[in-house]
Amino acid sequence: MQKLYKPLLFSVSLIPFGVLIYNGFRDNLTANPIEYITHYTGDWTLYFLLITLSITPLRNLTGKLIFTCFRRMLGLFAFFYACLHFLTYFVLDQYFDFNAIIEDIIDRPYITVGFTAFVLLIPLAVTSTKKMISRLGSNWQRLHKLIYVITTLAILHYLWLVKADTTLPITFALIFSVLMTLRLPWAKNVKKFFISEIQPSSH
Amino acid sequence: MLIKQARDIKPSEITSKADYLSRRKFISLSSSKILSLYILHASLLKSGKVLAAEKIENFIKNTDFSTDEELTKYSSIISYNNFAEFGLDKEDPAAYSGDFQTSPWKIKVEGECDNPGEYDLEDIINPHQLEERIYRLRCVEAWSMVIPWIGIPLSDILKKFNPNSNAKYVAFTAPYQPDVMPGIGKVAYEFPFVEGLRIDEAMHPLTIFATGLYGEELLNQNGAPIRLVVPWKYGFKSIKSIVNINFVRDMPPNTFNKFAPDEFGFYANVNPQVRHPRWSQARERRIGKFFKQDTLMFNGYADQVASLYSGMDLEKLY
Repeated sequence: MQKLYKPLLFSVSLIPFGVLIYNGFRDNLTANPIEYITHYTGDWTLYFLLITLSITPLRNLTGKLIFTCFRRMLGLFAFFYACLHFLTYFVLDQYFDFNAIIEDIIDRPYITVGFTAFVLLIPLAVTSTKKMISRLGSNWQRLHKLIYVITTLAILHYLWLVKADTTLPITFALIFSVLMTLRLPWAKNVKKFFISEIQPSSH
Repeated sequence: MLIKQARDIKPSEITSKADYLSRRKFISLSSSKILSLYILHASLLKSGKVLAAEKIENFIKNTDFSTDEELTKYSSIISYNNFAEFGLDKEDPAAYSGDFQTSPWKIKVEGECDNPGEYDLEDIINPHQLEERIYRLRCVEAWSMVIPWIGIPLSDILKKFNPNSNAKYVAFTAPYQPDVMPGIGKVAYEFPFVEGLRIDEAMHPLTIFATGLYGEELLNQNGAPIRLVVPWKYGFKSIKSIVNINFVRDMPPNTFNKFAPDEFGFYANVNPQVRHPRWSQARERRIGKFFKQDTLMFNGYADQVASLYSGMDLEKLY
C-alpha cells in the first residue's frame, strides 16, 4: 500500500509547482508575476501545513495507521513551498537587498511573523530523517510540536497582509482550530462514540 | 401535409435568464477561485469582451504635463486593478465588473457652490477639450505604472459650478450598488467609497478627471465612465466612477483613512520617507519591469506641487 501511495502522493504534491512553471512559460502570471508567485507559493505553504496537520486527526478518527506514513512527506512539501515563497521574496522581489529585507523583518509585523515561521520550519525539516528521529528520541516529538506555532504565525502573516478581505485567513484559522480541537483528549471519546454507533448496523 | 420542423435548440438547453445573470456567482462558487478566474479571464479575452472599449476621437496631446517614460502595456492596465467594490484580487475588477452600468451617468453636484444640481455626464464633459496626459501612477502597495490618460483638467470642470469662498475642500463619492459589486459586504472597507481633496489640490493643473486611456474610453475596471487622477498622490486617492461632487468647508472623510488611520492619511502624497506598516515606500516595482526603482518625492511631481505643502509636516500629515 505504502509503496504504491507514496510516489503517487509525491507527484500530486508537485502539481501546484508544475502548474506555476507551466503558467510561467505561457506568460500567464498576471501583470505582476513576482507578486503572483509570492502569493501562490504562500498559499500552497499554508495548504500543506494544514494538510499535514490533518493527518493525526484522520488517523485518530479512522484508526488507520497508514495515514501517518504520509505525514513526513507532506510536512516536507510544506517546507518546499515555504522555501519557494521565501526565495521569491529574497531573490525576485528584493533581489538580495539585505538592508530592505532587514528593514522589512524589523518594521513590518506581517513579515516579522512570516519570517519567524519560515526559520522555525528549518529545524523541523532538518530533523525529519530516520536517523534524527531515533537520535532525538522523545525530544523529537517535543520539537515537532513547533508546527502548531509555525501554522499560527503563518496564518497571522496572511491575516496582517490582507487586512481588508480576511475571508481566506479566517477560513484557514477555523480549519486550524478544528484540527487542533480534534487533538484534545475528548476527541478519542468521540471516535469511540462513532464506532459504537456504527458497529450494530454492520451485522 | 404538416411537416414539423425540429427546433434548432431544445428549450431545455437554453440557459435561463436567472442562471445567465448569476453565472459569475456560479463560477466563483463551484470551483476554486484561482481556476475560475483563469477560465473567466481567458474566455473574456478570447471573446474580445475585455477589449471592447470605444475609441475616443478628438483629443489633443498635452506634452507639457506628460512624461516620456515607457508606457505600461494596455493589457496590464486593464487586468491589474484595485477597485475594491469588485473584489480585492487584482484580477477581480476586470472579472466581476461586467454588470456595472455606466451609461446613462449622472453626477450630483452639491455644497458650497452657485450651480448645484444633477448633471448628465455629457453636459459635464462636452464643453471641454479632451487631452492626453501621460502620468506616472504610484500605488501605495509599492507598484507603479505609466498611463496615457485622456481627460479634462478638474479645475475647468469645477469652475463651471462656481464654488464659493467657503469651499475649502471637494469631496467625491463612488457608487454604492451591492447587487453588481461583489466586493461590497466582502471587503472590510466602508462603502460607498469616498475621497476628497483640498480645493487648491483639486484646482491644480495636474489634477484631471479622466474618461479614457490609451485613446479608448475607460473600462469598468479602470473607473468608467469618469474618475479622478491626482498623479502625485497614492493611487487610492484617485477615486473611480464618480457620482457625487460636494464642495465643503471641512476636511471630508476618505475611505482608506477611516479603515486604517495609522496607515493612510488624508493627503496620501507619495513620499518615500514616510514608512508604512505593510509596504516600504522607498522603492517601487514598475509593472513590466524586474528591478525595483527608487520612489520619488511627490511621485516625481515635486517641482509642480511641493509649494502646495510648504510649512506642513509631511511626516505627520501623511
